[in-house]
Amino acid sequence: MANQIGNYSLYVALFASIFLIFQSSNSIRTKSKNLDSKIFSALSVQTLMVLISFFSLIYAFIISDFSNETVYNNSHTTKPLFYKISGSWGNHEGSLLLWLLVLTIFLFIFLISSKRLLNKYRLLTVLFQELIIIGFLLFILFTSNPFLNLFPVPKEGTGLNPILQDPALAIHPPILYLGYVGTSIIFSSSLAALVCGMVNKIWAKHIKKWIIISWVLLTIGIMLGSIWAYYELGWGGFWFWDPVENVSLMPWFCLTALLHTTIVLEKRNIYQSWTIILSIATFSLSMSGTFLVRSGILNSIHTFANDPSRGIFILCFLLILVLLAIFIFFIFQKKILKNLSKSFLASKETAILVNNWFMMFFLSVVLIGTVYPIFLEVINGSKISIGPPFYQKLIVPFLIPFLLFMAIGPKLKWIKDNVSKINLNQLTLFILSIIISYLLVKLYGISYLFIVPLFGLGFFLFFLTIRDFFSKDSTLSQKISHFGFSLFILSILFNGVFAKEFSSNMKVGDEREFMNKIIKFENLKIVEKNNYKSLVANFNISDNKSSINLSPEVRIYNQPITLTSEADISSTIYSDNFLVFNVIKDDGYYNVRYQFKPLMMWIWFSIILISAGGIVGYFKKND
Amino acid sequence: MIKNTKFIIIILFSLFIFFIFLKGLEKPNNYLPENTLKKIDINLSLKELYNQKEVLLGELINNNNFSIINIWASWCLPCRDEHNYLLKLKKTKSIEVIGINYKDKKSNAIKFLRDLGNPYSEVLIDLDGTKSIELGAIGVPESYLVNNKNKEIIKKYIGPLDDKKFKEILKIIKNEKI
Repeated sequence: MANQIGNYSLYVALFASIFLIFQSSNSIRTKSKNLDSKIFSALSVQTLMVLISFFSLIYAFIISDFSNETVYNNSHTTKPLFYKISGSWGNHEGSLLLWLLVLTIFLFIFLISSKRLLNKYRLLTVLFQELIIIGFLLFILFTSNPFLNLFPVPKEGTGLNPILQDPALAIHPPILYLGYVGTSIIFSSSLAALVCGMVNKIWAKHIKKWIIISWVLLTIGIMLGSIWAYYELGWGGFWFWDPVENVSLMPWFCLTALLHTTIVLEKRNIYQSWTIILSIATFSLSMSGTFLVRSGILNSIHTFANDPSRGIFILCFLLILVLLAIFIFFIFQKKILKNLSKSFLASKETAILVNNWFMMFFLSVVLIGTVYPIFLEVINGSKISIGPPFYQKLIVPFLIPFLLFMAIGPKLKWIKDNVSKINLNQLTLFILSIIISYLLVKLYGISYLFIVPLFGLGFFLFFLTIRDFFSKDSTLSQKISHFGFSLFILSILFNGVFAKEFSSNMKVGDEREFMNKIIKFENLKIVEKNNYKSLVANFNISDNKSSINLSPEVRIYNQPITLTSEADISSTIYSDNFLVFNVIKDDGYYNVRYQFKPLMMWIWFSIILISAGGIVGYFKKND
Repeated sequence: MIKNTKFIIIILFSLFIFFIFLKGLEKPNNYLPENTLKKIDINLSLKELYNQKEVLLGELINNNNFSIINIWASWCLPCRDEHNYLLKLKKTKSIEVIGINYKDKKSNAIKFLRDLGNPYSEVLIDLDGTKSIELGAIGVPESYLVNNKNKEIIKKYIGPLDDKKFKEILKIIKNEKI
């Protein structure tokens, strides 16, 4: 029953979409001054229908209705209720439905919150957004329908991949999608603004809220994915430059650039074209992300069930949207009023432009690293794999000038600043930071290129952003976000440079010495759980002062059968102790990996701070 | 004029990327973990479905030149799809078809084989699923083509057998026999 309801409501939503496209283009032609009430009601109907459809899928998951093919493929009666619910968006079909839901809800919110703006602009946004919605509706209905019937009804489902049974992962996709989909509103509204010739301060003020909210959600979404990778996958790190991780990072760089550019547009009314280009690029990158992940063109832990017809659909859809955007941009670009006010080299707007250049550079590195292997394979059939060293080599050295500009840039004034007077305060802090980092390097005997300037500038940014909290010339949200970022850079640096790893084959009762610590394999027991069996090991790690017990597990899930290693991590504010073990064949030996990771907590905490800055910016009264 | 050239270049560039991705979609992309077991564990012992006798897997993959080890269950829908191919394989007589019944009720399994036909020369049961894990299985159905002489897995088929895989198996058997 739920199957039919879900399916038919999607068809109703499709008709609403067609009606909305027709009606809104009609209203634009007749130049109506007020928003047609028909449009508002059609949109409400659409949102409601998609909501119903989404909840009927969740319902099918909760009652384990295996006559639904999606439920059969991704659920199992023995699964805990929480994962039954999260399982409904943990698969390809359900996640697309969630995506559609967010698309419609966001458009609805947009329509309500933009009442004070030009009617034509609102109508055009509805039109563009409905084009995207209709694309997704067709995609769902004809290539990945979550409401397909199975007959005869199977007794048992095949289960959700156990590595996906994790609380962080239950909320990671929805939040990430909110961020992704937020960029669609930015896309539609920037095209609408371009057509109406209102790429100006008013529009910037309006769209900034959407940019901030998408940016915050994207940031948190990426962080949750990273937390999941760290705790669940047990690889002992938080970022692996996996293609799918990169795909979420690319729109983030673009969105960060856009966030800063919009501030300039709002204050100075310049960089109009650039803002529009960034909006288009951000959304295109989010969509290409979907394409790369869903089409199976990439190999990664995230790849959903491969189906080439899906890939072709998203690809064609993406091409249509990008071509549409390009055409509109070139036709209506003339409408942008050239602002002839002079820009000076030493000004805040130039500093923000520099920020944009760096974002574009980081974006290109990640883009090339992700997409180049695909291109190469198509063109001459050779397979290459691009790993973390590529990204580290290309990104790390450029962090040095980036950090320097980030420290100094926000201090500059709008329009024109006087640079001839050297800021004694800044200089002292700069020298102090370099001395600290030099001593640090000397003390611990690290030999790594760039490490002194990197640490030095990290500290410099850190001190400056702290000092900023006592000054009045920047907004609170900027203070928090930039301070969070400096903390982030420092934690990553400490984490990367001071991390220690130890790996050995051990059996029960063995002891190993590492970094003045004694690692002891105490015992091993088998535990039976509801939906898995588990080998639980007990380790003791002790030094002169303290001792900790860690009990990592190896789990054998039953539906579908999968072996997973669960790391045990003991976190303190100073460092993380990470221990994971694996079964080796035959004899009683187990492969044990122990990692000491300093300041791990601070990485998560600093990302939360960065997003908190955004949240503060969102709720700030317009001044 | 300059604007037009810019426009055309951008359009061409997007089309170029489009076609590269389109081409990229065609390439097969079945991903298998690299560290799969190559050799069959001949000392793995399982119970027989009908007479409940313990047998060693090594003893079974002896009679013919090749065997196919098929992991299946009566509750598994794709297993029904591939069943015809297994029956066809049995008819060729040049390959031993060994079934491992995965986490199933005995009565259901027997009924399944009675209804659809029994392609297997031996049906072994794996009640808790651990034996299948030892063989390296990650799901049902799964089939391993084994060379009986050196007990090595020639190829793993994850998911149900289909026309393409079936033809490939026949081809491998034919080529390697000579």
